[in-house]
Amino acid sequence: MSEPAISIKHLLGLEGVSRQDIQTLLDTGFSFREVLDRPIKKVPTLTGINVVNLFFESSTRTRISFELAEKRLSADVTNFAASASSLNKGEGLKDTIQNIHAMRMDAVVMRHPAPGSTRQLSQFVDAVVINAGDGTHEHPTQGLLDMMSLQERFGHLKGLKIGIIGDIAHSRVALSNIFGLITMGAEIKVCGPGHLIPPYISDLGVSINCDVDEVLEWADAVNVLRIQRERMGEGIIPSVREYRNRFGITNERLSKHRKEIVILHPGPINRGVEIDSDVADGDQAVILDQVLNGVAVRMSVLFHLLGSRLSEGEA
Amino acid sequence: MWERVLVKKVKATLMDATGMEQTVTRLAHEIIERHPDLASLALVGIQRRGEFLARRIVEAIRRHTASEVKFGTVDVTFHRDDFRTRLPAPRVGPTKIAFGVDDLHIVLVDDVLFTGRTVRAAMNSLMDFGRPASIELAVLVDRGYRELPIQADYVGYSRPTSVNEQIHVHVVDVDGTDEVLLMEYGE
Repeated sequence: MSEPAISIKHLLGLEGVSRQDIQTLLDTGFSFREVLDRPIKKVPTLTGINVVNLFFESSTRTRISFELAEKRLSADVTNFAASASSLNKGEGLKDTIQNIHAMRMDAVVMRHPAPGSTRQLSQFVDAVVINAGDGTHEHPTQGLLDMMSLQERFGHLKGLKIGIIGDIAHSRVALSNIFGLITMGAEIKVCGPGHLIPPYISDLGVSINCDVDEVLEWADAVNVLRIQRERMGEGIIPSVREYRNRFGITNERLSKHRKEIVILHPGPINRGVEIDSDVADGDQAVILDQVLNGVAVRMSVLFHLLGSRLSEGEA
Repeated sequence: MWERVLVKKVKATLMDATGMEQTVTRLAHEIIERHPDLASLALVGIQRRGEFLARRIVEAIRRHTASEVKFGTVDVTFHRDDFRTRLPAPRVGPTKIAFGVDDLHIVLVDDVLFTGRTVRAAMNSLMDFGRPASIELAVLVDRGYRELPIQADYVGYSRPTSVNEQIHVHVVDVDGTDEVLLMEYGE
């Protein structure tokens, strides 16, 4: 019997995932993109497979994207949403694990505020675990869809110069982008308010530059992170206006550079804060491509992880 | 415990490059004969080698009639019924159908017809694009052993095989040479 297409059993993060696995997930993602352009956007691949979406933290687009990916693969979908505040985190996760185990789920897609929670889950359940965001740790499918959008635009990832701008310290999007893109041979500069860039980040092979204009001059593409307004109360950022003036991506700022810089944003967008409306809606932004690629690459992840699991257990 | 080592050897060459060219031309003629209205015809190759065979049939039709027949490819990986028992193919080829399939007469093209499961999957995949007027099947080699009630309308070469035999179709675009080999597996 031939080797599985990918070597990972779960998708807990992009840290440590091989270049080959990432490329396979992206390539199959492009195949699913084609399915999404068909009149009937559904294939029977995962018929009879049960997937549960466990969201302990609020999410609209990631949850919908996963649900669409599952439904377009013909899987049976169960949704479970709970606000983090209603659960004692430790006890809640333990209960969850036991429940999933008892329900014989084939795959679990989980978002949880505690970093490492999906890894813990994967150790105790006999199901494929997919991380949909674990606190400030990783959001691997976001990293994959960002890479897919970059590959679509540039045709390759190796050697690309990518700026990541915003609150690096609290961003799982940044971390997954860094792990994935460095593995694929891209160069990364992170940029943002100094106190929101953890000093250890340079150990991951990225460089730090707090001057957004210098980063724009250097970069082929920038990933603009959402400024999490819910954190404003904690005094992390003095004011929205100050942030916009120093780090906001505006047409005025972009027009200083003669090249076209591709703009990514994980959404939801704070228009007029980290990015201006005319930039977000402009030609160099691939934000809506990212949304479409998100569904496709999540189909790819489910397809590969469930495919190798089933062939192992039931063949 | 002794490990069984399976050796694969060439038992016979069923077609060489010239033979393949002749067969492809004959298939093209049979298709033309049954489809006087080439405007409503489309050839769809099943990934991977079916694509190249379909391309050649389209080319042969052009040579003989000077008309361009619609051409597409279909990859059946996502429609296969053995997803649970076999590993998914690492490489998923492109499905490219750049025309509306509604009311067209479609000829699916594949290299080898065996169980019929790939053809079943390809038909399901085609139905996702619309409602063709009809679907026919053209294959280079029919090796028997059907598991579904599927038959080819155009057959290049019919060769009943045994279970320890395999048919390998090589096309110059993928394998560097045009030939059809009968392979045998033994210990």
